[in-house]
Amino acid sequence: MIPSAFDYVRAGTVDEAVAALVAGGEDAKVLGGGQSLIPVLRLRLNNPSLIVDVSTVDEMRSIVDEGSSLLIGAAVTTDAVMKDAGVQADIPLLAITAATVADRAIRHRGTFGGSCAHADPAGDLPTVAQALDAEFVIAGPGGRRTVAAKDFFLDFFTTAVGPDEVLVAVRVPKLGAGWGVNYQKFQRTAQAWAIVGVAAAVKTEGGTITGARIALTNMGATPIRASSVEAALIGGPATIEAIKAASASAADGTKPTSDTHATADFRSHLARVHTARAVAKAAGI
Amino acid sequence: MTDTIEEAPASIGQPKRRKEDARLLMGETEWTDNIQLPGTLHMAFLRSSIAHAKILRIDTSAAKLAEGVVHVYTGEDFPGQPGSTCVWPVTADIVMTHYPAICTDEVRYGGDVVAVVLATERYLAADALDLIDVDYEPLPAVVDMEEALKEGSPLVHESAGTNRCYTHNMPCGDYEAAKAKADVVVSRRFINQRLIPSPMETRAVVAAPQGMADEITLWTSTQIPHVLRVLLALLTGIPENQIRVVAPDVGGGFGGKLQISREEVLALILAKRLGRPVKWSETRSENMVAMHHGRDQIQDIEIAATKDGKLLGMKVDLLADMGAYLQIITPGTPLLGMFMYSGIYKMEALDFTCTGVYTNKTTTDAYRGAGRPESTFAIERIMDELAAELGMEPMELRKLNWVKHEEFPFTNVAGLTYDTGNYEAATERALELFGYDELRAEQAARRAAGDPVQLGIGISTFTEMCGLAPSRTLGALNYVAGGWEHCTLRVLPTGKVELVTGTAPHGQGHATVWSQIAADVIGVPFEDIEVIYGDTGRAPYGMDTYGSRSLAVGGQAIKVAGERLVEKARIIAAHQLEVSPEDIEFNKGVYSVKGDPEKSNTIQGIAFAAFTAHNLPPGVEPTLHGEATVDPIDFSYPHGTHLAAMEVDTETGKVTLRKYVAVDDCGIQINPMIVEGQVHGGLAQGIAQAMYEGALYDNDGNLLTASMGEYLLPSSADLPSFITDRTVTPSTTHPLGTKGIGEAGAIASTPAIINGVVDAIRHLGVNDVLMPASPQNVWRAIQAAQNGGAA
Repeated sequence: MIPSAFDYVRAGTVDEAVAALVAGGEDAKVLGGGQSLIPVLRLRLNNPSLIVDVSTVDEMRSIVDEGSSLLIGAAVTTDAVMKDAGVQADIPLLAITAATVADRAIRHRGTFGGSCAHADPAGDLPTVAQALDAEFVIAGPGGRRTVAAKDFFLDFFTTAVGPDEVLVAVRVPKLGAGWGVNYQKFQRTAQAWAIVGVAAAVKTEGGTITGARIALTNMGATPIRASSVEAALIGGPATIEAIKAASASAADGTKPTSDTHATADFRSHLARVHTARAVAKAAGI
Repeated sequence: MTDTIEEAPASIGQPKRRKEDARLLMGETEWTDNIQLPGTLHMAFLRSSIAHAKILRIDTSAAKLAEGVVHVYTGEDFPGQPGSTCVWPVTADIVMTHYPAICTDEVRYGGDVVAVVLATERYLAADALDLIDVDYEPLPAVVDMEEALKEGSPLVHESAGTNRCYTHNMPCGDYEAAKAKADVVVSRRFINQRLIPSPMETRAVVAAPQGMADEITLWTSTQIPHVLRVLLALLTGIPENQIRVVAPDVGGGFGGKLQISREEVLALILAKRLGRPVKWSETRSENMVAMHHGRDQIQDIEIAATKDGKLLGMKVDLLADMGAYLQIITPGTPLLGMFMYSGIYKMEALDFTCTGVYTNKTTTDAYRGAGRPESTFAIERIMDELAAELGMEPMELRKLNWVKHEEFPFTNVAGLTYDTGNYEAATERALELFGYDELRAEQAARRAAGDPVQLGIGISTFTEMCGLAPSRTLGALNYVAGGWEHCTLRVLPTGKVELVTGTAPHGQGHATVWSQIAADVIGVPFEDIEVIYGDTGRAPYGMDTYGSRSLAVGGQAIKVAGERLVEKARIIAAHQLEVSPEDIEFNKGVYSVKGDPEKSNTIQGIAFAAFTAHNLPPGVEPTLHGEATVDPIDFSYPHGTHLAAMEVDTETGKVTLRKYVAVDDCGIQINPMIVEGQVHGGLAQGIAQAMYEGALYDNDGNLLTASMGEYLLPSSADLPSFITDRTVTPSTTHPLGTKGIGEAGAIASTPAIINGVVDAIRHLGVNDVLMPASPQNVWRAIQAAQNGGAA
């Protein structure tokens, strides 16, 4: 389809963006790289009266090393995230997952922050944010606030970001030494959405798993931590058998949807299989 | 059969770079959507979001007042006006139905048109659609073909009294007698799923009064400008001699643009009525529901053989989904494969039956291969199942039954005469390129080790028919048109050449290939030839491009037209060189006196002499041109052997195509590079049917795969590097020895993939997987087999 008419504001600063959103009211939408919003507009799934473009706000386009974490501007493109030396060195799970997002053209336009704020349950990057306990810096008319990942993703396409707020940056903690990571993305074609995805970070010491962070893509309304798998792994041996046994609970407590690619029960099966694969690969097995 | 090939001529056989590409690559194209005429009104269609409903009321008053809106029309404004038509009433008792330009009282599929808006801008036309209010009374939707045929089913067309469109039976030989002799009978139900053609360029049309007189020009993204012109005249009553149809650059069709559409009909009528240009460009979302779909058959297949593997007979019982209406060749499409169910094999009997069924879904019609992919799938799949039943190697079973190369010409069980072929040569080459024995060894090792990833080998030894078609054959099949093709060749006074063809390329490269043929026949440089097509004003005669017919039929017309031109020039040359025509030799564009080669003239020199006409022999008219309209004597039969190595992850059902070998025999290749491109594209589409594509409807008739998020098309990233080669067995039905190649890849590859998938997991008890072989479909097949009983 063809979008209906809308007004457009290009914000120069975060404050300008917030001011524009406040003025625009409920029908205003933030435009980042446009890789989700533009298709929505073209299909007239949503007809906002105002588009506030934050893609050129300088503050939102940088990655800052804060010591124990990286503060990644919400308008940093997926391509920039996956190629950033700091991300590659300190948050390799994010780098390798970013590389699986869509295709090159989309990665050059789409943004890390946009993916999180859009909160498509099939999005890959929100899963990493959930796995690593990222924090989200949100600006609004009352100033700035920080929301933990577990409180950020609320429902399908719904986050803690209010209609008059802008996601400014995502703070992603560094895991430190000794961790292995893997992202298993199960998809039907190379550039399709994940039917199921599993992000895993595993720390192994002397054949024993001492740390595990696992989150699932597209297994419910939001990215979900596989807490029971994490608990079952920690303290156990880093063996295929133990990992498979722990991964058997990967789908517990999830609420996957059924669609033309997979029914809910098949998704649950895939989550178990790929959790085992992701953990095994992350553990170097 | 002749295997001798004459010394390669100058241009034919060369991988000439495509004349079209520089323009295409640099954006200097003229797509229909690029045409901008002053005063244009933009059309937008309000389409039904319900599969089946009565229209109680349509309120267009708000839309009529909207900004930029000039007109809003409903079906009441075009009473009785058809939006499309069917030219192939396949049986005497077929149930034909009216396809309205705009629905009046009932909608019959999701996407059916209920109103059309004309506005000064495309966006404003789209805005106005939201202001039209339609009251529907939903009716039960007819979705499943078998349910549709049951007593008491809701009806797609109430007045027809049935959802059965037709039943066509073609018994060849005595199947029951053949079956009575059989030791083994294998039956399977195959689902050849519904596909959405998805050309890169969606449809678009511009209609405008042009120039003098009452002529209206209709630019449209079509494969069939000539056929369309005739049909538009018949459907609208606008005289044919006042309609000019132009197919500008067309970005793919795959059969989807072998159609007359309501959008074209309305554009023409409204441009005529309003005296203004009218334009429509289809969105992708519209294209998914409004352009016709392909395939969609339930195939009940039975094959009978001796315990030694000798085929005796085959029974084919099809249900073919017509969708809601009949369009250009909707009912005939499944029948295009009916003569081909025996494939390359010898058998005594074939009992073919097809029942066409109306449903509340998008109309089906031709899609790359049209009937032949379905028949090839059935025979090549059932051969693997028979081999498994007999405990035979599937390739050995094929070798035992195929037509041997010394047996050509061979008349198959359905009465078609295959002129030439060499299945042994193509197969030998394919096995060599594939590493068949090594892969069989790896398969055995993986099975023995219980590897979660199993390996399978898929075979497809296929043939197909192309060169649509001898007109008398089409007449015998109740088709309301011929199958000839036209060419006019003109050598202009300056020596440049115009080649006017009736074919209508939409990506195939006719400008290049036709130039190669003409360059050799009339002896002029390849670069000096301009190919003119796709415009009924400049190329008035033609039957257009579909069914791998352009080279197979149109190529013949080029050769004959060229030869006629050469003979006319020979008479002029003889006159001017003062010898008799028999004493003139013609070689590479030069006419010379036998035994005295110094006395000569070039074809360009003769063209100038024919233009000035100062000194022509008695009875010879000025200008140098040759024309030919050629009706083919018979079809041609490309064939080949395709092999696929398939990996199946038994834990997830994920299928990976690891290696694909395609050895095709399309006879003499005019341009091997373009042949290679056609093979690659065909493979991608055939593999896509096997692994990715499939239109799905829910029980209410809603298309669930209405965007490319759900309807998956593979990209280059999903396909391996194909290993291809050709064997060359010239056709004897074509003066150049060529056959068609446009559909071979799509026809051959689908069963190769599925045979490979089943072969990988047959030891787990699986004997079929639904297409597409998605992870879910494959995983479920494995689960079902392991829980007892095949899928």
